[in-house]
Amino acid sequence: MRLLNRHPTRPTGILLAALPFVAVLIAYWIGSEIRLAANPQDKLLPAPETIMITAGRLFTEPNKRTGEILLWADTFASLRRLAFGVGIGALISLTVGVGIGLLPYVRRGLSSFVAVLSMVPPLALLPILFIVFGLGETSKIVLIVIGITPFLIRDLSQRVLDIPHEEIVKAQTLGASTWVIALRVVLPQILPRLIAAIRLSLGAAWLFLIAAEAVAAEVGLGYRIFLVRRYLAMDIILTYVIWITLLAFLIDFALKTLSRKAFPWLGGGL
Amino acid sequence: MSFVTVRDVFQEYDGRPIIERVNLDVAEGEFVSIVGASGCGKSTFLRLLLADETPTRGRITVDGGTPAREPGRERGVVFQKYSVFPHMTVRDNIVAAESFPKGWGWFRGAKLREARARADEVLERIGLAHVAKNYPSTLSGGMQQRLAIGQALHARPRILLLDEPFGALDPGTRLSMHEFLTQLRAETSMTVFMVTHDLGEGFKLGDRVLVFDKTRWDPDYPERYGATITYDFDARDHGIPYQHILDKIPSLAAQGDPAPAPD
Repeated sequence: MRLLNRHPTRPTGILLAALPFVAVLIAYWIGSEIRLAANPQDKLLPAPETIMITAGRLFTEPNKRTGEILLWADTFASLRRLAFGVGIGALISLTVGVGIGLLPYVRRGLSSFVAVLSMVPPLALLPILFIVFGLGETSKIVLIVIGITPFLIRDLSQRVLDIPHEEIVKAQTLGASTWVIALRVVLPQILPRLIAAIRLSLGAAWLFLIAAEAVAAEVGLGYRIFLVRRYLAMDIILTYVIWITLLAFLIDFALKTLSRKAFPWLGGGL
Repeated sequence: MSFVTVRDVFQEYDGRPIIERVNLDVAEGEFVSIVGASGCGKSTFLRLLLADETPTRGRITVDGGTPAREPGRERGVVFQKYSVFPHMTVRDNIVAAESFPKGWGWFRGAKLREARARADEVLERIGLAHVAKNYPSTLSGGMQQRLAIGQALHARPRILLLDEPFGALDPGTRLSMHEFLTQLRAETSMTVFMVTHDLGEGFKLGDRVLVFDKTRWDPDYPERYGATITYDFDARDHGIPYQHILDKIPSLAAQGDPAPAPD
């Protein structure tokens, strides 16, 4: 039997899925053991137990001065920026994407511009954003918006163009105006694509968020990581990294579930 | 008398003629089948009738009006695929035929309830009442096409255009769709144009069968000339329209035996 026709049974599948995770954990654990055996004061690869203890402290212990738990404050601030950035980016790209996909005039006017715009490296614009919008929340949100919107627009406008011409013609023969076609034919079919595109761009959104926070912020997950870096506090950094990964995974999972629940007509596609 | 009038219609894409010099008069209520080889321009002609494209030259008018520049409610259409909206339930697809001309394309409250009641009547008639709340992707190909036809007719178009509507169906389903279409036509008596690959289907359903073909060939440059209507068959009475002519015009019988057919 060919390798490509062999499928793992269910228990084997679960085992295989768990294997890389376990492998990484074991590799880290061995590395940590070796370094700590040589030097018990080593800070580079703290023992898993140390990380667990630090994590427990970070999640529960309030700051002595302000009385708030820093990790939750960081999480809240970062998620807020992420939500605003992604939300604004989604709204802009939905409007512009449908415009480009549906209206030849907008397509001629904007599609090359968006194509060029998407080539601008957003991080290179960060200094400009800080100068223009100051060091507050705006510049961070704008960086996320600039970072993901061109990609979203290009993806969504292509999806609009992918809607069969027959459907658009059919809607016209039923008497629909451009507005009604955008609202009742295109938009509902684009929303699941928007969610899929957001899921793909979330990684980039996190990247821009953490980069912006690393450069200038007072609170936030990325800010904290780059702050404690000075003290070589690997246990805190690793806790934050795992926490960010978990958050990203949960958001992705939530979006996937939403897409399945909200668009039953897809029939399992996507 | 002529309801759909086609006068000297040419269509070219990038200077490449597809159809040329098409003239046609169709009376109201006629069922016109359009057949021809692949690439002979029959689908192009349907798109011209639909006003999805405007001809390079010539004009197409319906009931003496001005030539349409874009598809509208006057023309209903059913394509081979993608003729229904996948994100709407079967019933909402029918309701859309009423609500799409409205400002936001939506009905609310009492209007929605009334429109849904009318949609349910339509679904009852086309035999889809039991799947009213399903999405089109869960329906078989035949049911989807029935829905597409029901939806198109619910908008009460003056002409119905069918672009190989049964091309993707299996032979059994195709036969039942023929029956379904014949029944609907008996009820509505509307003008229908149907493009088909299946000659038998064309003759079975149509009152007239038009054949599209090229009349001129340039062997060095096959794309030089476009196609036009080369045959216009009367397809009533199973394609033998004059077999009952004496029943219709008895006075002909008095003139004695018809002359023997020339060999």
